[in-house]
Amino acid sequence: MNIRKLALGTAMAVLTGVSTAAVVPAQAQEQIYVPLLTYRTGSFAGSGIPIADGMADYLRMLNERDGGIGGVKLLVEECETGYDTKKGVECYESTKGKGAVIYNPYSTGITLQLIPKASADKIPVLSMAYGLSAAAVGNTFPWIYNPPVTYWDGASVFIKHVAEKEGGLDKLKGKKIGLIHLDAPFGKEPIAVLENLAKEFGFELKLYPVAAADMQNQGSVWLNIRRDRPDWIYNQGWGAMNPTAVKEAAKNNYPMEKLVGVWWAGGDDDARAGGDQAKGYKSLNFHASGSNFPVIQDIQKHVVDKGFSKVPKDKVGENLYNRGVYNSMLIAEAIRTAQKITGKKVVNAEDVRRGLEALDVTEARLGEMGMKGFAAPVKLSCDDHSGHNKVYVAQWDGTKWTQGSDWMEPMKDKVRPLLESAAKDYAAANTWPARSEPCQKGS
Amino acid sequence: MDILYKVLIDPFVQMGAAPDLLVQTVWEGLVSGVLYALIALGFVLIFKASGVFNFAQGIMVVFAGLTLVGFHEMGVPAILAVILTLGVMFLLAVSVERVVLRPLVNQPDIILFMATFGITYLLIGFGELIFGGNPKRMIAEELYLPTGSIEFQTLGGFVQLQKIDIAAAVIAAIMIAALAFFFQTTRIGRALRAVADSHKAALSVGISLNQIWVIVWFTAGIVALVTGIMWGARSDVSFALQVIALKALPVLILGGFTSVPGAIVGGLIIGIGEKIGEFYWGPLVGGGIESWLAYFIALGFLLFRPQGLFGEKIIERI
Repeated sequence: MNIRKLALGTAMAVLTGVSTAAVVPAQAQEQIYVPLLTYRTGSFAGSGIPIADGMADYLRMLNERDGGIGGVKLLVEECETGYDTKKGVECYESTKGKGAVIYNPYSTGITLQLIPKASADKIPVLSMAYGLSAAAVGNTFPWIYNPPVTYWDGASVFIKHVAEKEGGLDKLKGKKIGLIHLDAPFGKEPIAVLENLAKEFGFELKLYPVAAADMQNQGSVWLNIRRDRPDWIYNQGWGAMNPTAVKEAAKNNYPMEKLVGVWWAGGDDDARAGGDQAKGYKSLNFHASGSNFPVIQDIQKHVVDKGFSKVPKDKVGENLYNRGVYNSMLIAEAIRTAQKITGKKVVNAEDVRRGLEALDVTEARLGEMGMKGFAAPVKLSCDDHSGHNKVYVAQWDGTKWTQGSDWMEPMKDKVRPLLESAAKDYAAANTWPARSEPCQKGS
Repeated sequence: MDILYKVLIDPFVQMGAAPDLLVQTVWEGLVSGVLYALIALGFVLIFKASGVFNFAQGIMVVFAGLTLVGFHEMGVPAILAVILTLGVMFLLAVSVERVVLRPLVNQPDIILFMATFGITYLLIGFGELIFGGNPKRMIAEELYLPTGSIEFQTLGGFVQLQKIDIAAAVIAAIMIAALAFFFQTTRIGRALRAVADSHKAALSVGISLNQIWVIVWFTAGIVALVTGIMWGARSDVSFALQVIALKALPVLILGGFTSVPGAIVGGLIIGIGEKIGEFYWGPLVGGGIESWLAYFIALGFLLFRPQGLFGEKIIERI
């Protein structure tokens, strides 16, 4: 036995001890793993970045301010999808083994791919106000959630808004209503419900698809619009398509107050691109913009001011940033509800699914979270995974979004039967298994 | 019979019934066509000099536009920002020649083609790292580009011309003419044509291949900057713009990969053709045909002229 070997052995023992000591607390530390599928690169980054910032900052704020949720810190990890379905599925596959409790695909294309995968893996998918509208039917899709509204609800609110401005639903007869949309699953989602409403109320629906490659080259689409002269246009656009559409509308002298975007077409940069002429542009919304809310101020204090955020300070409170905050609030409330239901601190994916199904964000709870006036209450149930909650029409005043209407209920009586029928069709076409998960008591 | 009427008669009836819309459509096509021609020119220059299809031309448009806006955001005056951006594009040309092309001399063309894929992804990553993914507003007014529109009440309706579109058409036309003059009449231009004909023969008479490559990549960089400014002013500068650059593909198929006049004529045919097609025939199939119609037109021409309208007919003995 020489001294050299002894020294080596001692060093190894010390090193092993140190590394073990380093690992043990990490393993013992209780965490809930929340992967965020985001996109900060590619053609849609302009819309993706503020949402990613809002989502990450709210969850970070919970960690910094409250020590996580129910005393358990959140382990948040972003995975870059570039709004590319293939990359999104890769993100899902590479993170699901780490104990993910919930997925936010942030793309209708990715959501459509994850619906069968996540259902088989038993991990809930929260496609907040996007994705497959029919997923609102909880009896068919126990693992998929799309609160607070579906695209079909949104389209019905747009029609209600048009009717309100035109003097009633009966005044829609003979009107021409256009849908300018991204020629992708997301853009095509509202077509079915608009066709149905067109039949019922007697208006003519004109479709104006925009290929992803031509998002910034919409000249001929707007020439078609100039020829058809639709009375109103609904814009189901995303990314670079939106600022171009607003610019083209201004260029073609289309009355801005008759161009209404889905909530994803309501970014500050979308409207800003049209300059002064964009004044009056409208977009549906289900939360407020601006930073005059305690929750946003807490994010500023605990995250942005401390340099933990990627967001430029002047962008905090912009519409899509607040969209990300709202999305993360739903994630957090689902986890909190899951903790309450199960009595566990560290919840798993199945628990969070139960939490989502029992989600009940009341007015009082919004107040507790510093979100009074920020959004409308949201309640989900075993069968209703969307809630068909209220939305309002926001209007661009030239510098910021303002509330341009009261909160409006979607046409649930029209939309819900269509969703149920679509869910049945989906189940039949995909040999979908019958629901085996029990409903949460009272949900 | 109804479908035949809709395809063969009705579009022409519409053209006659609303001639203002026809003129507007042709104008929109013309502007797009000129911009396509400008992008195609960037491809042609590099293809002529090295036989390489430069897949990175699209991202060069974005990169040049973002660099310009980036300099301006740092407080650099607009005109100086243009000069600095040209400097960056020159550095890029030198880097490409030194790091990518020179080590790959005498390799098959497909290797060089694949290398331009590498340049594309490198520029995407580098660009996103420096400028972020957010779209940027092009500094059109700061560059003294006109804004607003001119409206003519004519042909039973109105025709509206955006001043920025007029400027784009004029600047692109001047640029194309200048490049054509440069490559047709100057010593460097003749050297470029010699390199295009045969690398070995050009080398044997003392033409520096490396120098020519730097010149054409820099020229393609200038073209990219002009395209970035013009297209950026029409919408904004974002990474989505690189996709539009792929519209130059059918232009090249149509015009020929080695012809500057081909790029111009091809650009105009594709630009006007796709706008007319989308406007008059698109609604018959639900619209959205613009993205593939350009290829359809190009392939139609290829049936009769496989080398493209102005391409060289290559006959090889076997």
